[in-house]
Amino acid sequence: MAAYDPAGGIVLSRLSKSYGEVRAVQEVDLSIGLGETVALLGPNGAGKSTTLDMMLGLARPDTGTVSLFGQPPDAAVQAGRVGGMLQTGSLVQYLNVRELLTMVASLYPRPLPVDEALRITGTADIAARRTTKLSGGQTQRVRFALALVGNPDLLVLDEPTASLDVESRHDFWTVIRGVAQSGKTVVFATHYLEEADAYADRIVVMAQGRVVADGPSTEIKAMAGERTIQATLPGVELPALAAIPGVISAQRRGEGVVLTCGDSDAALRDLLARYPATRNIEVHSAGLEEAFLELTAANSDGGQRP
Amino acid sequence: MTHSLYLRYEILRTFRNRRFLLFSLGFPLILFVFVAGSNRHASLGGIPFPLYYMTGMMAWGTMVAVVASGARIAAERQQGWTRQIRITPLSVRTYFGTKVASGYLLAGLSILVLAAVGIAVGVRLSAGQWLTMTGLLLVGMVPFAVLGIMLGHLLTADSIGPALGGITSVFALLGGAWGPLFGGGVLLKAAKCLPSYWVVQAGKTALGGHGWPAEAWIVVAVWTAVLWLLATSVYRRDTARV
Repeated sequence: MAAYDPAGGIVLSRLSKSYGEVRAVQEVDLSIGLGETVALLGPNGAGKSTTLDMMLGLARPDTGTVSLFGQPPDAAVQAGRVGGMLQTGSLVQYLNVRELLTMVASLYPRPLPVDEALRITGTADIAARRTTKLSGGQTQRVRFALALVGNPDLLVLDEPTASLDVESRHDFWTVIRGVAQSGKTVVFATHYLEEADAYADRIVVMAQGRVVADGPSTEIKAMAGERTIQATLPGVELPALAAIPGVISAQRRGEGVVLTCGDSDAALRDLLARYPATRNIEVHSAGLEEAFLELTAANSDGGQRP
Repeated sequence: MTHSLYLRYEILRTFRNRRFLLFSLGFPLILFVFVAGSNRHASLGGIPFPLYYMTGMMAWGTMVAVVASGARIAAERQQGWTRQIRITPLSVRTYFGTKVASGYLLAGLSILVLAAVGIAVGVRLSAGQWLTMTGLLLVGMVPFAVLGIMLGHLLTADSIGPALGGITSVFALLGGAWGPLFGGGVLLKAAKCLPSYWVVQAGKTALGGHGWPAEAWIVVAVWTAVLWLLATSVYRRDTARV
């Protein structure tokens, strides 16, 4: 793979980064097309922030490369093609919102008019307010305006709504979606499946530093909605079990079997009809966190899950 | 691309911080008024005491103003602003350049205020002497500007206040800003290796009608070079860690 493809969008190839003993990111490969909106979904410590930091040139990968529009991150940042909203950070003091945006806009070669950035982000009414006098939600909006005012091609948002209540969260995403639809490439990190599903075209699931799933939102959502049926059922061939309607895959653990199901209700009815001797039946809903961990486990066992 | 707008807001931020402005301009001024005001007819080492003390206070005041950029860098690191600004097209060079420029502006203001009060208590210099003295003061600040940047990346916002206070006081004291410490000997030899000594001497040098001796230029250049190297390595380490 060409590391710096001038026509390309964003290409991360075999990206790894450790902090001491902690392998924060391991062998991440990811290609993002121009204009795509991609969610990096995963629990805390999954390596999302480290991946985004490397994408922005804030952290240097131990191995692997990052290409933004065919350039290394530093060059793309210097060319004003990147805007970012980092996970932490407060606004500098002694300026009002308009002054702060004007200051940052002046650094970019072709910024948005400050008034437009204020309008888009819904901060026009607080433009004259000092940065130290803002509420949490207002601060987040201003931080988003800072990322946007340079009119970058790529917007990187690291858990932009982490500190917001449900209502501000919804408003905030409405703004981001509007921006994404204007043709910018947007990459955001979140640990909420609903956010990723509602606002991204594509979801990349990370767990323990690796990409464990990557696909359209609907596909990933279905995957996280899976349930497993565990039961004691000796002497039945796995292919026969895997063929039951609603079952995605079947594994054997001693006398027991584990069926991963897309539709556990249908699978269970069929299972009992075919094999009345089935005992000790347990049905588990994976939940997002468990789904992630399962995916990771499958991954490190060399399993064939995506 | 010019960054005049960015510089303008950087300066605006410095000057809107009223307490910072008041303290960094105020202390040298108060000390000067009290000490030089009550010794206005004395002389020290062949020069009028008010002139000696004015340059001493200017040296201290400008030093405080210039290294203060370190405190602002430390605060911006803690706020996460440094990371935010690193993902804009602003170069590191310009970031530091604007910090130094606003520090120098504050230093210039400190010099102006002290000069005005100096004239009021009887300091008399020709225009050429004023220019020489101010020029030497500003050149002598270069290593302190680099020191500020280095400490800004080495220390946290919590610890940098006392550190800067302590360090500038030691430089001011040993450089003779608060009055000469030495009659000669080893201590004087050591003091002559400090840039602050030569900054304090700027008034005396100007009165003599000459510039600094070669020794002074070398001391300032060596301090600048060594601090520059240290600052570069501290900066690299600091930004690699995040």
